[in-house]
Amino acid sequence: MELDIGKPIMEKNDTIAQENRKLLDEKQVFVINLMASPGSGKTSTILATISALSEKYKFAVIEGDIASQVDSLKIKETGVPCVQINTGGICHLESNMIKKALEPLDLDNIDVLFVENVGNLVCTTDFDLGENVKVVILSVPEGDDKPVKYPNIFQVADAVLLNKVDTMCVFDFDQDAFEKSLDDLNPLAPMFKISATKGEGVDDWASWLDSEIESFRGRN
Amino acid sequence: MHEFSLMDSVLSTVEESARQAGALRVLSIDIVIGDLIQAVEEAMDFAFEALSEGTICEGAELNMTFVKPKSVCQDCGCEFEHDVFHNKCPDCGSIFTTLIQGKELYIDKIEVDMPDEPSNDQT
Ligand SMILES: Nc1nc2c(ncn2[C@@H]2O[C@H](COP(=O)(O)OP(=O)(O)OP(=O)(O)O)[C@@H](O)[C@H]2O)c(=O)[nH]1
Ligand SMILES: [Mg+2]
Ligand SMILES: [Zn+2]
Repeated sequence: MELDIGKPIMEKNDTIAQENRKLLDEKQVFVINLMASPGSGKTSTILATISALSEKYKFAVIEGDIASQVDSLKIKETGVPCVQINTGGICHLESNMIKKALEPLDLDNIDVLFVENVGNLVCTTDFDLGENVKVVILSVPEGDDKPVKYPNIFQVADAVLLNKVDTMCVFDFDQDAFEKSLDDLNPLAPMFKISATKGEGVDDWASWLDSEIESFRGRN
Repeated sequence: MHEFSLMDSVLSTVEESARQAGALRVLSIDIVIGDLIQAVEEAMDFAFEALSEGTICEGAELNMTFVKPKSVCQDCGCEFEHDVFHNKCPDCGSIFTTLIQGKELYIDKIEVDMPDEPSNDQT
């Protein structure tokens, strides 16, 4: 016997993501889903961004890693509330993990929530977590050809950060090639060149984020 | 390897539907996947075999249909197929285009084995 199913495979993830989004909207919490390769500077970028905007907003962080508490300890050291998710082998975060991670957070006292996704340029792409924006980081040592090799994640990005620009001369990074391929894939997303640890370019990126947060708060 | 997560959700939906219908066994599963989902066919097969073991889906045939990306131009209205890299309008060059296919990810239909009703229930 043949049965028609016609059901989206991601239905469960998408439904929970919408529930997260609704809750976070009600609580006026702006959420950034930060996606990138391992070691590209996600945690460093979060710390740099928080320090650029901490006078204006109250931040919290959800750290997604396969294992360990290393990143959440780094965040907590700065006094920012942080929940660590250990996915235990799963290569991306899913909306039900976020739902659980939100429980211990005092959402009434948070304006902006960073979610550091598991380091991965493929699997994270299509899992909606309930975020307001997806931001993708590429770091200079990874090479200028990454958008060509991993097109989809660059296509879903609302903004792209090129991190570790202080190492540009060491790695022969072809900025024109990089910008050209980004322009083909996602001409509408702004791109910011930053050095998360040295501070270069962080202000421009932070002011873009600030305007996104403001328009979110204006809408709600 | 997000294929494992995808397949895990496929199997739970299929099992639920098959159980509700009172099926004994699942014979085949047809799923539709857009190219932009980046699901690798071999990895899907592998995940299917690993996850279906011991379930009513074990041994079923997995049929995957892949769908090419297609967009419509918001400026001139033209519809065009494209690869995963380029989605600018080939006619007017506009960057304002909307994807209309290529991100599909759903279970189309399944084929199941039903018990032979009349023979069992008679006294
Ligand atoms: N030179 C330089 N090093 C950087 C920069 N940003 C990060 N790093 C270094 O890169 C390494 C990885 O940075 P993290 O911020 O931990 O990267 P991550 O993406 O969070 O790493 P995982 O969570 O382990 O995937 C650290 O040694 C950082 O000090 C940068 O802008 N310039
Ligand atoms: Mg990190
Ligand atoms: Zn056009």
